[in-house]
Amino acid sequence: MKRTVLSGVVAAALLAAGTSANAETLRLLTWGSYAPEKVIEMFEEKYPDIEVEVTFSNNEEMISKLRATGGAGFDLAQPSHDRVHAAQLEYNIYKPLDISKINTANMDQTLLAGVKTNTTIEGDLFSVPHQWGTSGLMADKSKAPNFSSWADLCNPEYQGKTSMRLKRTILLGTAFAMGEDPFAAYSDLKKYQSILDRVADKLIECKSNIKAYWKGGDDLSSMMLSGEIVASETWDSTAYKLFDQNKNIVFIPPKEGALAWIDTFTLPRKGKADDAAYKWINFVMQPDIVPLVSGSSGAIAAVNGGVDLMPEDKRAAVKAAFDDAAIANLKFFANIPPGIEDMEGKTLEKIKAATGG
Amino acid sequence: MEYDLTCESVCKKFGEFTAVDDVSFQIPSGSFFSILGPSGCGKTTLMRMIAGFESTTSGDIKIKGNSVLSLPPNKRNVKMVFQHLALFPMMNVFENIAYGLRCQGVGKEEIKRKVQDVLERVSLPDVGSKEISQLSGGQKQRIAIARCMVLDPDVLLLDEPLGALDLKLRESMKIELKLLQHQFNTTFIYITHDQSEALVMSDNVAVMNQGRFEQIGTPQALYHKPASAFVAGFVGDANRWSGRVVEGADGAVKVQTDGGLSLVGTAAGGSLSGSGTDVEIFVRPEFITVARAKGDAPAQVNGQNHQRGVVDSLLFNGANSRVLVRSTNNQLIEADFLLTGGTDDLKPGDAVDLSWSIERSACFQAARG
Amino acid sequence: MDKDIKRLSLILLMAPFALWILLLIIIPHVGIFLLSLREKISYKEFTYGLGNYIEFLNEPIYWNTLLRTGSMSLLVTILALLIGFPVAYYIAKVARKKSKGALFLLCLLPLWVSELIRTFGWILLLRETGVVSGFLQTIGIIDQPVEFLYNDVTVIMGLVYTVMLFMIVPLVSTLDGMDDAMVEAGYNLGGSGFTVLRRIIIPYAMPGIVAGSIVVFMLAAGSYLTPILLGGKNSSWFTEQIYDQFITRYNWESGAAFGFLLLAFTSIVVWLGLRLTGQSLATTVAKD
Repeated sequence: MKRTVLSGVVAAALLAAGTSANAETLRLLTWGSYAPEKVIEMFEEKYPDIEVEVTFSNNEEMISKLRATGGAGFDLAQPSHDRVHAAQLEYNIYKPLDISKINTANMDQTLLAGVKTNTTIEGDLFSVPHQWGTSGLMADKSKAPNFSSWADLCNPEYQGKTSMRLKRTILLGTAFAMGEDPFAAYSDLKKYQSILDRVADKLIECKSNIKAYWKGGDDLSSMMLSGEIVASETWDSTAYKLFDQNKNIVFIPPKEGALAWIDTFTLPRKGKADDAAYKWINFVMQPDIVPLVSGSSGAIAAVNGGVDLMPEDKRAAVKAAFDDAAIANLKFFANIPPGIEDMEGKTLEKIKAATGG
Repeated sequence: MEYDLTCESVCKKFGEFTAVDDVSFQIPSGSFFSILGPSGCGKTTLMRMIAGFESTTSGDIKIKGNSVLSLPPNKRNVKMVFQHLALFPMMNVFENIAYGLRCQGVGKEEIKRKVQDVLERVSLPDVGSKEISQLSGGQKQRIAIARCMVLDPDVLLLDEPLGALDLKLRESMKIELKLLQHQFNTTFIYITHDQSEALVMSDNVAVMNQGRFEQIGTPQALYHKPASAFVAGFVGDANRWSGRVVEGADGAVKVQTDGGLSLVGTAAGGSLSGSGTDVEIFVRPEFITVARAKGDAPAQVNGQNHQRGVVDSLLFNGANSRVLVRSTNNQLIEADFLLTGGTDDLKPGDAVDLSWSIERSACFQAARG
Repeated sequence: MDKDIKRLSLILLMAPFALWILLLIIIPHVGIFLLSLREKISYKEFTYGLGNYIEFLNEPIYWNTLLRTGSMSLLVTILALLIGFPVAYYIAKVARKKSKGALFLLCLLPLWVSELIRTFGWILLLRETGVVSGFLQTIGIIDQPVEFLYNDVTVIMGLVYTVMLFMIVPLVSTLDGMDDAMVEAGYNLGGSGFTVLRRIIIPYAMPGIVAGSIVVFMLAAGSYLTPILLGGKNSSWFTEQIYDQFITRYNWESGAAFGFLLLAFTSIVVWLGLRLTGQSLATTVAKD
């Protein structure tokens, strides 16, 4: 018995050694639902020599992880378009892309151009777009039919029935609602600070109006579905998922414009499997794969006709939320210059610590 | 006469098991009373009932004439020295002794005075500030007693407190305890399984077996006039034979042991049921006289049993030395014999004559079953 | 010769432990400490000094959060002690041998699931539309849904629940060592139940109480998920502050300083606790 176990272990070890010798490992650092199991299986079937390992993360942690290792440990990362420029300048964690290895013909050219502008440093291009989406509002139409602005979160009409995430999105949204353009103020930190101060006052005053700050998609969803809140700041994907369960809950692009982000493909500086990474990029951007990823993430692929490639339910949710005017009104996140995060962080702390209810 | 403690038909049952079975006794004021019995005989349960840690199933316990059954342990003026003493390790000696006084709400100055007083009475006037762990075994013993005596109890219970000490210390503590009891003049109830502790210290001893008191009496009475086969066997050493009655029922009876010795004994613990009765015969070694064999047969003296034999081995133990004699019909008999170390000492193989008095051969009817 | 072999074997035995301490504890802490002395002047420009610590002192939000975290952790410790002591006493002194194991297992139960799952369990129970609120409505104690979540009471409850085992284990092990006769002697000498508890049981259990309190306080002050997820709009926790400095603000320097401040703060509280109770680490946590 012992011998069988032992030989089994040896065999397994040899097998493992064998595969690691022949096969490449593609280590993905990406968002929660961006690499569904099904897609990984299909990819590994097509490229049997490549094994895919996925680490789920978010913008801040992606940068922190790569910063800690100087860009090692992963072969492909997916930061948002506004987070590449400063992180690269300050921490040097990415390496330039070879765009010729990427099949860009099918990509949405506007988004591609936008990302190129955002992530080109001294002539080197660092990122291409993958999926995009927005942050905005959602509301239960039956209970809050007139919900339309970031400012409505603080409307006493919905006392104790709204929620938001205490992160930078709500700072920007509130700034827009106050008639400012925070992105334009990025270049003038003093001016930006004065905007932030006024935003903080507003949000502290608003504290008593909201029920709780949500921390993730799960707690937001359950508060919304149970009716504990009637409206909230939200990620679009969360709203689309809820729309599927309750047709009254819709994503609402604020009248000030929904904040749009584009998650990119970017290569970490010490990545070891660039070829595999390019293969993955081209693979997931294929029209037959896009619906699988979009279905899982709720985000729109940056390909021509991306919305139409979404699964039926999500497409309906997007169509219910956006008209052409709303799309034209999108506010794409601007590159974050160094120092902004610190200012915003301080403002958020101030709001959290203030006793306002 | 005044009695410090009276137990009336005290019973304790744990489910089906009877731990203490209808025990009654009275202890006169200021006496040293021992309860002697093998482990598991119920003596600890009895003591815990007196202290109040166990309730009685039936019967009554009175201290100074008043029933204490309804009083919780901390309201009974019965103090206890525990088997492992249970001194409080987180307090020093002074605090250990002062604990009980503090519970009574005695004033600070008086506590100081009383503690110092009791420390002097146990001859340890300077240890007040020491920690418990700094004391020797004998000192701990005395502190444990002082901790109780400072409260001036009606009765002091001692639960085999010498068990944990080494032999030499145990011997000297026996005497010391006796002296302390005299000095305090308080009633001590001493629980032990060690017969020598009980015999040396006590005014009266109760022998306990299977939940019952077999006999209460002075140490001498227990030793010389045991009321039952159990007491005769448990208290002191004895040659013990089982046999049956050949003739007689009261007074002198002729018996034959299972090993083939025939001898005359005295019926003890009540009259026997006549010839054919199974009996246990006890003869203490110190009452058997050993002499070198002379002539063909042992000389006959009235009122004595005689037996010829050969020295099998010598058991040297100073003043308590013994010889082990193998009788002609191959029975081993122990007898005390002073071995002086001179040339005329007995040696194994020497022929000897044994003799002992009929009166000293106690015959008890054997337990049936 | 013999001595050399002994010394060699001692070195070999100690080597993994020493390496572990050095590589995983000392070096990272030295690194963090050096990092905490680095001041970020601007983008890619640094100088060295105590600026990060001074900033902490100058910003009431920071030290208020630290004091809040400390006082709430202290409250958690006290509650855990008040609840844990009778439980531990029951397990050590009253329960039979057989049920002891089962009772211990019950205390262990909360640790079988991850902190996240455990916290979500609390959320399900306590939310406005949750089990507790629903139940109270059904039996008519309240007539409309009540929110039990998102306040400090919930945070404290969740933390007490999580740390209970770490309070009970050292208490049980010290109480286990207490001779029952000690308690009986306490009564026998005239002490009431309260006196026996105050003068005998608690002093005897003090090493366990202090050990449990140290562990519980450290765990509570250093916890992250429970206070974040159960906490309300105003309940900030110092670990959240550290996380924010490191992760969302990319301000490792200040995060490192905060980490050190938390370490120093908890150490001071533990030291004060030891001083007040007259115990030392040797008699409590490191007790054999």
